[in-house]
Amino acid sequence: MSNFLPNVIQLGWGGDNGWGTSIIQTIYMTFWPAIFGGILGLLFGVALVVTEPGGILENRFWFNVCDKIVSIFRAIPFIILLAFIAPFTQLLVGTQIGTTAALVPLTIGVFGFYARQVQVALESVDHGKIEAAEAIGATNWDIIKDVYLREARSELTRVSTVTLISLVGLTAMAGAIGAGGLGNTAISYGYNRFNNDVTLVATLLVLLFVLIIQVVGDFIAKKLDHQTR
Amino acid sequence: MADPIINLQDINVTFKQGKKVVRAVQDVSLAIQPGDIYGIVGYSGAGKSTLVRTINLLQKPTDGTVTVAGDTFFSDHRQQISNKELQSKRRKIGMIFQHFNLLNETSVIENVLFALKHSDLDDDAQEKKVLELLDLVGLKDKAEFYPVQLSGGEQQRVSIARALANDPQILISDEATSALDPQNTNQILDLLKRLNQKIGLTVVLITHEMDAVKRVANKIAVMEHGKIIEKGALQDVFLRPKEELTRQFVGGSLAAIDTLKAFNLDHLNDNEELFQLVYNGNNVTQSIIVELYKRLNVEASILYGNVEVLSDQPVGTLFIVVKGDKGQRDQAVDFLKQSNVTVTKIDDRRIWNE
Repeated sequence: MSNFLPNVIQLGWGGDNGWGTSIIQTIYMTFWPAIFGGILGLLFGVALVVTEPGGILENRFWFNVCDKIVSIFRAIPFIILLAFIAPFTQLLVGTQIGTTAALVPLTIGVFGFYARQVQVALESVDHGKIEAAEAIGATNWDIIKDVYLREARSELTRVSTVTLISLVGLTAMAGAIGAGGLGNTAISYGYNRFNNDVTLVATLLVLLFVLIIQVVGDFIAKKLDHQTR
Repeated sequence: MADPIINLQDINVTFKQGKKVVRAVQDVSLAIQPGDIYGIVGYSGAGKSTLVRTINLLQKPTDGTVTVAGDTFFSDHRQQISNKELQSKRRKIGMIFQHFNLLNETSVIENVLFALKHSDLDDDAQEKKVLELLDLVGLKDKAEFYPVQLSGGEQQRVSIARALANDPQILISDEATSALDPQNTNQILDLLKRLNQKIGLTVVLITHEMDAVKRVANKIAVMEHGKIIEKGALQDVFLRPKEELTRQFVGGSLAAIDTLKAFNLDHLNDNEELFQLVYNGNNVTQSIIVELYKRLNVEASILYGNVEVLSDQPVGTLFIVVKGDKGQRDQAVDFLKQSNVTVTKIDDRRIWNE
């Protein structure tokens, strides 16, 4: 083993640069932005669908506000966003570097992407179902909860899976502000030091991580889907 | 006459599509009495769906007054009741759709329960009620199924159960049978008719299928280009259509006109007259023509004959040429009128020459 992957072994499991530490950091940087960005994205996605022209709470002003916010954060390349919002990060978590500091740009980076995905998923709900719910006297909240979110739940699971996978991709870039993680290991300890074995193993671990998310996501999405026979 | 349960007055609905202004409904007034099954027919794009959506304000009119069961929902260009009131009023107006619009991610029983979300009943009473409704539509054993596992006809019956959950006085059917095969169509229509007879449900039936209206409706309105061009009791409109479009829809009469066109009626003899006879179920079996000859020695030759079933009533139409002197012909008409046959002398060639 030490003959084939000398540098991999040398990095060890624990410690600041160890494999275990990197894996935990990647999971940490995926989990919290998924929660925060997920909630924000869901809120904005729902807001976009209900306020859009023809929506149940049609409102041109709020639709434009939400739409522009989402568009702006979607448009900024993540690596620039990291630097751009550094002062805000400092304000929020008290530091501009490290794993925790990375949570802020990761959350903001993923929310816009997720909001658009949620918007598309909710728009896939047939307008007739909304109309039928209105016709039986459902409230707007009933329609959001029991029609939009429930009818689109399988589609929402699918877009959440895609978002989570893209979030894993973003965590690799967070190494730029000293956030660690598998991406950082691959670049700093692998590529930059010509340790190709480290790059290979780090890449395989990220792939494995993505694969698990995909399989679990597909399984849940299928389980929740009663629309196709 | 009782007060109408639905009263639409001078309804206009205008859409703006870019720079184009589309007048989907134009100056329509319609009064529907409690217990009516009111058929609204017309080709797609005629404005039928838009018109009926103003009843429960799924579509707000641009202009006009909407009154349902004594409550004015809309007048003077704005909604007259709060959104919350509107929601509770809507629960008393059931609606079913062409594509059923069931929630696919919930079971049949949950679909119906969804309509009872704001009812005063407790959970047990709600479930009991839903099961009763599913029993009524013949789907009690499929309560735990998901909509996609059901046939189109079954899905529509679930949506009827959902529409009836809050004991509505009115049911709006928007092309509800248009996506179904003839057998399921008839089942659904008969169910609506049964509900109408059993609980006095007022039904507004939008369709482009004249057969559906003929089967169950007692009144009919024909729409074209956003306007009601003809309305009235089913038998009147059906047997004596005034407008060309109505004739197309009623079909039977169109066939009669085609048949009559085929004869060259320009040379009726001086002792011949053409009559349209319309007779209802009570004397449909009598052989009127034979009686005419036996009693009055009047010869009548049949040019066209047809029997239609209009809301369970057989109605016959005959076009006959009566041959005889003036006195005989008048006697014949008197005899026919005494036999409860509606006699219309056709001397207006316009009907088939246009």
